[in-house]
Amino acid sequence: MNIGKGLVRVDKLELQKISNKIRSNIIEAVYSAQSGHPGGSLSAADIFAYLYFEELDIDPNDPDKLDRDRFVLSKGHVAPGFYSALALRGFFPIEDLKTFRHLGSYLQGHPDMKHIPGVDMSSGSLGQGISAATGMALSAKLSNDKYRVYTLLGDGELQEGQVWEAAMFAGSHKLDNLVVIIDNNGLQIDGKIEDICSPYPIDKKFEAFNFHVINTDAHDFDALHKAFEEAKEVKGKPTVIVAKSIKGKGVSFMENAVEWHGKAPNETQYKLAMEELERAGSLLCQK
Amino acid sequence: MSEIKKIATRESYGNALVELGETYSDLIVLDADLAAATKTGIFKKAYPARHIDCGIAECNMMGIAAGLSITGKVPFASTFAMFAAGRAYEQVRNSIGYPHLNVKIAATHAGISVGEDGATHQCNEDIALMRSIPGMVVINPVDDIETKAAIKAAYLYNGPVYIRLGRLATPIINDSRNYHFTLGKGVLLREGNDLTIIATGLCVAPALAAAKELAKKKNIQARVINIHTIKPLDEELVLKAAAETGKIITVEEHSVIGGLGSAVSDLLSEKLPTQVLKIGIQDCFGESGPAVDLIHKYGLDQEGIYKTINDNL
Repeated sequence: MNIGKGLVRVDKLELQKISNKIRSNIIEAVYSAQSGHPGGSLSAADIFAYLYFEELDIDPNDPDKLDRDRFVLSKGHVAPGFYSALALRGFFPIEDLKTFRHLGSYLQGHPDMKHIPGVDMSSGSLGQGISAATGMALSAKLSNDKYRVYTLLGDGELQEGQVWEAAMFAGSHKLDNLVVIIDNNGLQIDGKIEDICSPYPIDKKFEAFNFHVINTDAHDFDALHKAFEEAKEVKGKPTVIVAKSIKGKGVSFMENAVEWHGKAPNETQYKLAMEELERAGSLLCQK
Repeated sequence: MSEIKKIATRESYGNALVELGETYSDLIVLDADLAAATKTGIFKKAYPARHIDCGIAECNMMGIAAGLSITGKVPFASTFAMFAAGRAYEQVRNSIGYPHLNVKIAATHAGISVGEDGATHQCNEDIALMRSIPGMVVINPVDDIETKAAIKAAYLYNGPVYIRLGRLATPIINDSRNYHFTLGKGVLLREGNDLTIIATGLCVAPALAAAKELAKKKNIQARVINIHTIKPLDEELVLKAAAETGKIITVEEHSVIGGLGSAVSDLLSEKLPTQVLKIGIQDCFGESGPAVDLIHKYGLDQEGIYKTINDNL
């Protein structure tokens, strides 16, 4: 068991600094594009930091290496968070984030595996990424490869029927090399998920689909570490990590505010957000 | 003269998979609870570990195929045309077409020749749907020999391919000794300079027979072309026929909206305006009945094709 063992690649403070930078880059990218999805990007920022700086066996100098771990962003609209993590990890230049969603940029509005280093699957149409991730996990089992497959879904995305087709398949095929992460921020475009069409109880649903279920806090690196280490020990079942999060986390006026699902800040809001994130970043540097 | 041998192209597909599976260990077959009908069951018997039944979940199956393809396998995803091209259209477009993945979609039970199951299962729109996806190759083979060659060509081609297959046993019109399949190249089956019949799939054999009847009864020499690859279309062969024979007739077991007739018309209207008569399903749903009777009712047998051409001369 690895549980209780400390972080391997980076320490907790470093991860906090990285996720703070991811958040700043999310705001930069969405502001520059004047379009995009800040709310869900910010709720998933700590998950991206953990995956790309601690968990995944990947190499930015060899993004296509065959035995790498795979990641599929099933909630593809939070590309700003994903791209920021990839850029900070060294897959492409950080300054390119300012071209996000611009005509001619390779940083498409939703992940494009053909043009973006480090992107393992094109995604954006909700419900489809989890199927592709499940196919990758099956593939590893068929040829006895040791890599693991991770996929991040939104909680609203759980309303897509295809998610449950994939979950039934993964559970049925005992894909213990698959980790499904749910960014449970509780909001979707039209409102609270339980008011629109409730996916709750999320954990019990996945349990019924033969998943090992871990409930955790999406913004606590110790909790995330414990969850991902536990997932590695599970045999004969895929794992779902239901990560309770705050939509818009880190920018106070965006937190738990449904209108920041898919809207860019104006100049005043941009400055406010960047100042708040810079303050948070400098506090971390004093630790 | 011995009776003409008949075999359904779905059966040829199953047999082709077994032959290819022996040589290529990265070939994986997916099905959605229709292995007996799509004939992937033949492959399952030979290579059970490489046959994955995804259950009745076609949208997920396309995603599973995408994931397998990204990680180096060559998946053949099999189900009825209605569910492959219809139900899972958006999964095929976004998870396979957009990233241009090396996934083969083998869609059986296409067209009205599904027969007794009726309109809900008779997909007359799949060619239209699939050919609108950028980069998607669309193949509709005519017989056993062409299907086996097409399946091999699809395996060897790197990119997404949609292969349209039928339920009904149909005559073998190609000679296995001389047959050579080239992706994107039509096959000239009969010379003629009065008009050209361009047919695909199940309609090729009756179109050829109708052409012979036209020669015999009306002294009209019809050129006959088999277009097995609807996308990319063999533009050279079609343009040459239009230039040399004038009037073009297309014949397909598919809606006249968006299929072979539309592909030919698109080309000719831009490059060589020519009158095109489209024989196919005339913007309507099918119905239950024996396949052969349906083909007759919808005017896609020799008699119907001959009559429509004769009425429009």
